[in-house]
Amino acid sequence: MADITIDKACCKGCDICLSICPKKIFVRSKKRNDYGTNMPEAVNRDACLFCGMCERLCPDGAISVRKTEEEKEK
Amino acid sequence: MNELYEKYIKKESLPTLFCPGCGNGIVQFAAIKAFEKLGIKDELACVSGIGCSSWIPCYFKMDVMHTMHGRALPFAEGLKLARPDKKILIFTGDGDCLAIGGNHLIHAASRNIDLTVIEINNYIYGMTGGQKSPATPEGAVTKTSPFGSYDEPIDGCSLVAAAGGTYVARWTTAHPLQLEKAIAEGIEHKGFSFIEVLTQCPVQAGNNIFGEKSPVAMMARYKEMTYIYKEGMEIPEGKVRIGRIKHDTSRKEYTDKVLQKLEEKNIKKGQSNG
Ligand SMILES: Cc1ncc(C[n+]2csc(CCOP(=O)(O)OP(=O)(O)O)c2C)c(N)n1
Ligand code: SF4
Ligand code: SF4
Ligand code: SF4
Ligand SMILES: [Mg+2]
Repeated sequence: MADITIDKACCKGCDICLSICPKKIFVRSKKRNDYGTNMPEAVNRDACLFCGMCERLCPDGAISVRKTEEEKEK
Repeated sequence: MNELYEKYIKKESLPTLFCPGCGNGIVQFAAIKAFEKLGIKDELACVSGIGCSSWIPCYFKMDVMHTMHGRALPFAEGLKLARPDKKILIFTGDGDCLAIGGNHLIHAASRNIDLTVIEINNYIYGMTGGQKSPATPEGAVTKTSPFGSYDEPIDGCSLVAAAGGTYVARWTTAHPLQLEKAIAEGIEHKGFSFIEVLTQCPVQAGNNIFGEKSPVAMMARYKEMTYIYKEGMEIPEGKVRIGRIKHDTSRKEYTDKVLQKLEEKNIKKGQSNG
């Protein structure tokens, strides 16, 4: 399982992550970021490929994807 | 917050002034990735002009000069001559670099001075509200081309390659891995490096130039409208070439020439001569 966080202080709700994740891990949510727009939520984290595209394409450095301890042992 | 973002970005200056989905942040992150890969944070300094894209380095935790519209290159050339030990990156927009700063670009490329220019091409003057730039496509309606632009756009990469720049590449925000590799190559290349990045400005270029204001749709468009050249291939009509366009290590670098001359004349750097 991937440890995926989205920082509400950075996110501007551009929706790029929603479209570019090959596993569609980011979905719309009702939560608001500090910018005042809707921010995504990370679901289905088991499916993460650790490709890093979400981190690279988020224009505001909001996303962090880390391997959990159990994943590192695999 | 992403760990690399935290390492390189001044938290107290956030949020960045970029609109949601603006490609400037993607270019910024690609640069951070390149810095991290090379492990050279302390050897770097950045220079920029004026425009949204010129704000990219202003958030970095390092020495940055945010100068005047179009004048990033002369400031950077001065800095390089004063501090040849520094690796210097210039962040500049298509307007900053090709319009008001176009003459500086030609001369810096011709000198082959060891600088790395990242030209953020969003095809428009973003900051001032969407006026035509020299990169705006023919026929595009902007605030200053209400009947569609009459001019054929200027291709920054061809211009720099012709003027004598020795590393030239073009990528888009839809190619972040290739972009970070190119930035690292540009920094390592000794000579004038020029990397153009097709970058979405969803707010000013979006609807007016591309008929779409979604950042993702604009990035998909950039993928569609570009091709990577392979030896012997048939050139697809109407598409823009991306990839490494020129890499020439045979030309002498300008700072070296200046320092060598000072040494010949027995002048110590920083000493006045009269
Ligand atoms: C000498 C001078 N002329 C004009 C301006 C107004 N001005 C500010 S930014 C800009 C153009 C910005 O376009 P670009 O360089 O493409 O940057 P972008 O905002 O698109 O990233 C202009 C004309 C200025 N600040 N200074
Ligand atoms: S690392 Fe790749 S697979 Fe995992 S969330 Fe990010 S984009 Fe999706
Ligand atoms: S890409 Fe980044 S800024 Fe855009 S919605 Fe996703 S987390 Fe927020
Ligand atoms: S106006 Fe365009 S270039 Fe400027 S921050 Fe907004 S989206 Fe980015
Ligand atoms: Mg521009």
